[in-house]
Amino acid sequence: MSLDKTSTPPEDHTPQDAVVENPEAAAGTVTAVDPRLLVREQGFAGYLTEFKRKMKAGDLGSVPVIIGLAVIWIIFQSLNSNFLTAGNLSDISVDMVGTGMIAVGIVFVLLLGEIDLSVGSVSGVAGASYAVLTVTHGMSAWLALVLSILVGTVAGALHGFFFAKIGVPAFAVTLAGLLFWNGFMLQILGDSGTINLDDQGLVAKLTSYYFSDVAAAYGLALVATVLFFLSSYFGNRRREAAGVPSRPLSETILRTVLLAIVSFAAAAVYNQYKGLPLAVVIFLAMLVITDFALRRTAYGRKVFALGGSVEASRRAGININMVRISVFAISGTFAAIGGLMMASKIAAANQGAGSGDLLMNAIAAAVIGGTSLFGGRGRTWNALLGVLVIVSIQYGLALEGIASPVQYMITGGVLLATVVIDAITRKTQKTAGRA
Amino acid sequence: MSATPVLALRGVSKRFGAVQALTDVELEVHAGEVVALVGDNGAGKSTLVKTIAGVHPIDEGVIEWEGRAVQVNRPNDAQGLGIATVYQDLALCDNIDVVGNLYLGRELRKRGVLDEVEMERRSRDLLDQLSIRIPSVRIPIASLSGGQRQVVAIARSMLGEPKLVILDEPTAALGVEQTAQVLDLVERLRERGHAVILISHNMADVKAVADKVAVLRLGRNNGVFDVASTSQEEIISAITGATDNAVTRRAARSTKEVQK
Repeated sequence: MSLDKTSTPPEDHTPQDAVVENPEAAAGTVTAVDPRLLVREQGFAGYLTEFKRKMKAGDLGSVPVIIGLAVIWIIFQSLNSNFLTAGNLSDISVDMVGTGMIAVGIVFVLLLGEIDLSVGSVSGVAGASYAVLTVTHGMSAWLALVLSILVGTVAGALHGFFFAKIGVPAFAVTLAGLLFWNGFMLQILGDSGTINLDDQGLVAKLTSYYFSDVAAAYGLALVATVLFFLSSYFGNRRREAAGVPSRPLSETILRTVLLAIVSFAAAAVYNQYKGLPLAVVIFLAMLVITDFALRRTAYGRKVFALGGSVEASRRAGININMVRISVFAISGTFAAIGGLMMASKIAAANQGAGSGDLLMNAIAAAVIGGTSLFGGRGRTWNALLGVLVIVSIQYGLALEGIASPVQYMITGGVLLATVVIDAITRKTQKTAGRA
Repeated sequence: MSATPVLALRGVSKRFGAVQALTDVELEVHAGEVVALVGDNGAGKSTLVKTIAGVHPIDEGVIEWEGRAVQVNRPNDAQGLGIATVYQDLALCDNIDVVGNLYLGRELRKRGVLDEVEMERRSRDLLDQLSIRIPSVRIPIASLSGGQRQVVAIARSMLGEPKLVILDEPTAALGVEQTAQVLDLVERLRERGHAVILISHNMADVKAVADKVAVLRLGRNNGVFDVASTSQEEIISAITGATDNAVTRRAARSTKEVQK
């Protein structure tokens, strides 16, 4: 009997609860609203009760990372008043896109309960391919861009093939991939070692272009807010019409207002500096698309199912090999996109690309953001929150003039704190019957 | 009860290498009837169920479905006929909610997007019809008790409107209260006109819900009994196969001790 009793609001106890362990069998009649805790009362008060219950039960979601981010920002702002300036925040958000894109792919792989260690090297290959194709072979920028991303897709699919069809552990396949693709990148870069990109070229523009018109940032914020409200509102109307539990209007409004505050504040910050960065727009678009794919399509449901139970997925007729290969292909694709973003940032492809702490930062970002290491739990938005934490720490320490050894130690500490919180919440969830 | 059984096995045999797992097994199940399949470990219960479910094709004999002979060579064949099997390990995804698990692998879609509202509505209808009471259809399976998981797994098998439901040890490892829930559900399946094959080791459960008991012993039929008119001892002696065995000796010993 793992039903959560401790967090039951006392007023929700029916007499049966006190007498028998398992009230649903004893209370023979069918009622529309179950008298027990997990069915939320309608109205705003019910929402608050639900929220408190979730917190107590260890269902923290993104709350720890948001609090952590706020603490980090406050600390660095108190150390150096330049931290929370528009310029610095804007630079942080552009700089995080490369690692963030890679972390989005990692979220997919972590949802299966697997790991992809090759993403750093694959990202390097994508940047190098683009540089070689455009600079050395004079290929058109768009074609080279597509081909470079496809290189990542193919590399990922190859890892997926060995994992799914041959049955090699993902850890081993992608470790081999880490070495192989790093070697491949060095090989195609050749003797020169570094290839500079055209600073006005397509890839360079990815991170250097800003929509300087004030209307762009505010317009995007407005469109996002309105679309969010309309989809929530009409979604709830449909649920009401079908007679299934729906969110109260007050909750929809609260969520919309929160989104509006965050998005308009971000827009105001960008407009104080150079405007809305193209890289951030692309990143947000990717997050919206991947989140939609994971949570609203049959494909996404299959990914979650596989992370929950392989056997159950097999019995449900899910093509397990196809899902596994495609997830690794997605991971490779996002690694390539991330690699192009990073090549764009320095307007060059060099031998150091994709090495160093990039792989660890990408995995840490996904985990810090709240994606479970054990599969089946997480959202691609986690990648945004996690990478924001990591890059904020890097920038804050750089502003203080603290060198990278200390940065590594602090980022390591944050990662440890995150997995500790994850482990503790899992325990709390177990005792509360929610894991 | 209809004259033609939903499922009839005629002289079914199955070999695995040197092992003759099933020999000339006969079994009939009618609509609206619960047939308990009992037997000791290794009697061939699981093998028999797997032949019906299409996991192991039969070597000899005939499987009749609603009076006509059919080939059941793959699990899909069985599903296509309208046979749903709930195995002992329930195979649910802990991280996905009840609705998601019920519709796993056959999600309803609307313009390519999951139709969560319709799936939730139909899930609630189905659970209501079966009088299954769980706290919410939107909580992950991990939050449910063992008995609740079992009823969700059974409800999942009902989505395809099967004519025959096979339940493999549905009450094993369940508490008293939860066992009662599952047995209630089995009775509701019968009321809805489904044919049910129930594998169980628990004689009390068998006596409680089954109409007929088919006994397997060493891969052969060892009698089909009408539950209402048969005593538990008769069934047990059919399971163990003789009047002289460990169970009867023990019973005899204890009566002697009582007499002393």
